[in-house]
Amino acid sequence: MAATQEEILEGLAEIVNEIAGIPTEDVLLDKSFTDDLDVDSLSMVEVVVAAEERFDVKIPDDDVKNLKTVGDAVEYILKHQG
Amino acid sequence: MNSTNRTVVVTGVGATTPLGGDAPSTWEAMLAGRSGVRLLEEEWAAELPVRIAAKIAVEPGTIIPRPQARKLDRSAQFALLAAREAWADAGFTARAGEDSSIDPDRLGAVVASGIGGVTTLLDQYDVLREKGVRKVSPHTVPMLMPNSPAANVSIDLNARAGAHTPVSACASGAEAIGYAIEMIRSGRADVVVAGGTEASIHPLPMVAFGNMMAMSKNNDDPHGASRPFDVDRNGFVMGEGSGAIVLESAEHAAARGARVYAQAIGQGISADAHHITQPEPSGNGIGNALQNLVENTGISGAEVAHVNAHATSTPQGDLAEIKALRKVFGDDVDHMAVSATKSMTGHLLGGAGGVETVASVLALYHRLAPPTINIGSLDPEADADVVTGEARALPAEGPIVALNDSFGFGGHNVVLAFRSI
Repeated sequence: MAATQEEILEGLAEIVNEIAGIPTEDVLLDKSFTDDLDVDSLSMVEVVVAAEERFDVKIPDDDVKNLKTVGDAVEYILKHQG
Repeated sequence: MNSTNRTVVVTGVGATTPLGGDAPSTWEAMLAGRSGVRLLEEEWAAELPVRIAAKIAVEPGTIIPRPQARKLDRSAQFALLAAREAWADAGFTARAGEDSSIDPDRLGAVVASGIGGVTTLLDQYDVLREKGVRKVSPHTVPMLMPNSPAANVSIDLNARAGAHTPVSACASGAEAIGYAIEMIRSGRADVVVAGGTEASIHPLPMVAFGNMMAMSKNNDDPHGASRPFDVDRNGFVMGEGSGAIVLESAEHAAARGARVYAQAIGQGISADAHHITQPEPSGNGIGNALQNLVENTGISGAEVAHVNAHATSTPQGDLAEIKALRKVFGDDVDHMAVSATKSMTGHLLGGAGGVETVASVLALYHRLAPPTINIGSLDPEADADVVTGEARALPAEGPIVALNDSFGFGGHNVVLAFRSI
């Protein structure tokens, strides 16, 4: 069963917490991964790989650069999840 | 600021070792003659020919927050902790620039490792084979590159005068400190954080060194396995950890009222050009480094009160070092208190020069030479005054000099000299 927007946000928050140590409650739709959440380009790769596994979705490298905010990622996963 | 031949002093020390999580606890354990060597109880060690090692006393993961720690090889974690301790011990209260007593452009970082991020390399290869391409960490390269500890210390302290990593196996840590002394002396920097680090207690290095017949296989007696200068010594014991010091021009240290542990007089260097792993047995190669030190710095054997020997507990190496000291310093060796602290810490490879420089500097500051443990019967060919049993007082009056010897596979010989204040 596909995850809801709320479930995806919750999952991403856990992933960002694990990788960058940001409290889950600070991982909000309008937050920028690099500017707000201390996720640099290398850590972003980890976030993507963890999200792919968790939500059964493929995020090609070319699409990763468009995922600037948490909201971008949630929307992408909603649309592409298996 | 481009003055040359400036006086260089040591204003801070830091360490994380098998004996303690910082320099004071490591020093206290050394004076007490405690061994950091343990039986490895990990499953992977069960079938290895060598199952003893000197693991770190305080796991760095208990100090460095996990999001940062997971991006650092274990060797870089050790180096960061030792460097931060040395930095605070030198009296700096924040990163360079934020602490206005030090300009970032005048601060350097020179941190060496003998092997680099070998555990990261091997662990990530396991990930690749077992879990596939996607699971290999994107942090792998910046974690395993040998300059990673220097780079991370540079970033952490905001050191912009240069970050360097000389690599010369077990002489690496000492070479880093020698390089740092020259950076200050030549005017490139006013302050340099320098040291060595190593983290290679992992099945492959343990087996590889074991198969070279370089390591002690005294699995039944971990505490007694590292026994430099003893007749029954049969190889080194692998250790892990890091030691770092803050080096500073004397003017800079005086201007900010810093406490000075010792003067860093300089270094002597040579290469054996003999064999890729065996030391030149007559001691000529090491002797050339000592002679080079004498010529570079003008020190005399009469001033030298203490030698922190390289002495790894190998049959050949320990004697070559003593022969070299005799060759260069003659009868003056009789009044040098020779300590082999690897009897307690094990051999930290590229970290050894860092930790043993911390020990040498503290020996001068406290005027105490740590003991060499596990000497049941001193090798009669080790013709020197080896400190056995308990720590020994060094001359209480007047300036004294301590030497820290470090030699590496490849025939690298580095000798550092420090003078009491």
